[in-house]
Amino acid sequence: MAQNKTPSLLIRGGHIIDPASRIDGPMDLLLRDGQVAEIAPPNKIRGNAEGKFDARGLIVAPGFIDLHVHLREPGQSHKETIATGTAAAAAGGFTSVCCMPNTSPVVDSPEWVHWIRQPERGALVNVFPIAAATHHSKGAVLTDFRSLQEAGAVAVTDDGKPILDEAVMREALRTGAQLNLPVIQHAEDTRLTAHCSMNEGPTSFRLGLRGMTVAAEAEVVDRDVQLAQMTGGRFHVAHLSTAEALKPVRRGKRAKVRVTCEITPHHFTLIDENVGDYNTDFKMNPPLRSAFDREAILVALADGTVDAIATDHAPHALHEKQVEFERAPFGVTGLETALGLAITQLHRDHKLPLARIVELFTAGPARVLDLRGRGTLARGSFADVTIFDPKKRWIFDAAKSRSKSRNTPFDGWPLTGRVISTIVAGKVVHREG
Amino acid sequence: MTKAARGSLLGIEHLEAAEILGLLKLARRMNPAKPRALLKGKRVVLLFYEPSTRTRSSFEVAAKSMGAMTVLIQSSGSSIEKGESLLDTGYTLRAVGADAIVLRHPSAGAPHLMAANIDIAVINAGDGMHEHPSQALLDAYTVLRHKRSFKGLQVAIVGDIYHSRVARSACHLLSKFGARVTLCGPPEFVPEVAATLVPGIRLTRHLEEAVRGADVIMLLRVQKERLAGRKIKLEDYIARYQMTAARLKLAKRDAIVMHPGPIIRGLELTGDVADCPQSVIVQEVANGVPVRMAILARAMGKAR
Ligand SMILES: [Zn+2]
Repeated sequence: MAQNKTPSLLIRGGHIIDPASRIDGPMDLLLRDGQVAEIAPPNKIRGNAEGKFDARGLIVAPGFIDLHVHLREPGQSHKETIATGTAAAAAGGFTSVCCMPNTSPVVDSPEWVHWIRQPERGALVNVFPIAAATHHSKGAVLTDFRSLQEAGAVAVTDDGKPILDEAVMREALRTGAQLNLPVIQHAEDTRLTAHCSMNEGPTSFRLGLRGMTVAAEAEVVDRDVQLAQMTGGRFHVAHLSTAEALKPVRRGKRAKVRVTCEITPHHFTLIDENVGDYNTDFKMNPPLRSAFDREAILVALADGTVDAIATDHAPHALHEKQVEFERAPFGVTGLETALGLAITQLHRDHKLPLARIVELFTAGPARVLDLRGRGTLARGSFADVTIFDPKKRWIFDAAKSRSKSRNTPFDGWPLTGRVISTIVAGKVVHREG
Repeated sequence: MTKAARGSLLGIEHLEAAEILGLLKLARRMNPAKPRALLKGKRVVLLFYEPSTRTRSSFEVAAKSMGAMTVLIQSSGSSIEKGESLLDTGYTLRAVGADAIVLRHPSAGAPHLMAANIDIAVINAGDGMHEHPSQALLDAYTVLRHKRSFKGLQVAIVGDIYHSRVARSACHLLSKFGARVTLCGPPEFVPEVAATLVPGIRLTRHLEEAVRGADVIMLLRVQKERLAGRKIKLEDYIARYQMTAARLKLAKRDAIVMHPGPIIRGLELTGDVADCPQSVIVQEVANGVPVRMAILARAMGKAR
């Protein structure tokens, strides 16, 4: 991006929440040359800015970071492209997204990491590729972590599939430790979940569907926390969904193991009963869990166990979802509803402070992947800013989504809290209204 | 998703008790031996993605005895084999003028998908492990030929409940009318979660306990492959759960024995139980026709 040509921008009158700098109060913000030039109490910033943004009544936060999105390129551009996916990200307030390697082909070489980062992809926000941890994500032979990292990969994972082989996972964590490269695990013991399409419980029994047990997730997390302890590697749990899997994460954190975890908006909002009568827009992996699991997740979001909210934005074409429930692909879109759901569910209904929610979208994810200069508005950091109205009520209309796909469980949902503007490298990439 | 077309029968769960009684009443007026041209000119498609003898032939006879034309489509030898999606098959059938689709499918919820997207009646003839509503209705019809009402009736359902769409539909139906249902089998076939299906279900691992004082005993088919898959020894299963003449004596004297078929003599029941005067297994098959006539008549708005 041509950062030096972006005019300077003064955002004034807003309430800045920047948990990384422990700021939570009325402040003005000056962006210049793609950086945060100044942050100061109201009306204290001197000098001329080329543009001004009136942020009265709004929250001004560091640009949101999504650790887990599927942009579907290369190879699956009928579901999403980097251009459309990042447009949806911008509309949802995300200035940075980390994209998963389970594309076609799998992103397991530096060439594909470069390809994703080329300007021709038309990304509207920062894209940080996450590369495959094993060749073709088959779980057997590790990829070349060093060259992937040099190409720009910020982590490795076989997301969509777990790394089941203990020796392979141990080696991945050990190699990652040497490079300070996190290994992200989609925690699912697929030997226990064959032919399963939702959570195991009364709803799966009622619908006659095979259910994934809680143990299939928790046992993998438990094993990998131990491996992370053994190797000193950085281990991140993708889309954690069960109360049982929170236990090893807490245990690991107490023992100073380098373990982090993310939670999706659909898991803190919905439960398995919401699948109704085979609505495939409620089918994702990990599946919606029990009310008990959701309660535990809400507690973990509040008490600091959880490091980040990540959407697991997983677009699919209508014809792919309009099939028998068991045959439908896993995944729902989520970029545009994340903040609204967080404020509605976590802040309004469960009294989580706004500052904690902002942390889960900014400082938290930046820490998980060590994204220097992101997730904060400290002077000198990247001029990525998300401005939102925490009180604004609106209704999400999937038909108006910027994503190429419409597979959301939240179509028509009334939400409180809306992104007003998204600024990447000092440039406004989304403006509401 | 939109709402299913009127007359669709996707499952027992969401049916009102009054609708069920209405169907059973209508079935009593149906006589396959005296054809009425109620459905003259109608086209009923039997779309079967799984092999079936009794359900398919029962629907076919029911449709024909009311003057409807039937078209049978099976997955082998059709465009289904070439990878056509369920909905595309549905759109095609709608376009050639089908008035109702009777659908048997190995995937739970397949009829719901069809009904939500196609504006003709869809009748679930068994979807995966989910429901088999016409079977539950014909079973209810059969029970009411022998019992005054369901209220307070003690019903034991024995066997592989987990995999059984017949059991799920039966539980929904029985609970709507106040029957007392006991599910019986090993944990692999009757998991604890089965008790959450409808209010008031009891579980037991002991056949004697389930059968003692029962008015109705419904046996389910047990597939040998599933016993093996769940690591249950065939001899153990037979020793604990086979319905024998001696065990039948624990039930009420006028208890009836039911089975959706096909039965395997010597596995879930002994040959003498299958053939005893209390067995209504053959009646169930016969009752399938008038019950399915009622279902089809309702599906095409001819339920008067
Ligand atoms: Zn995943």
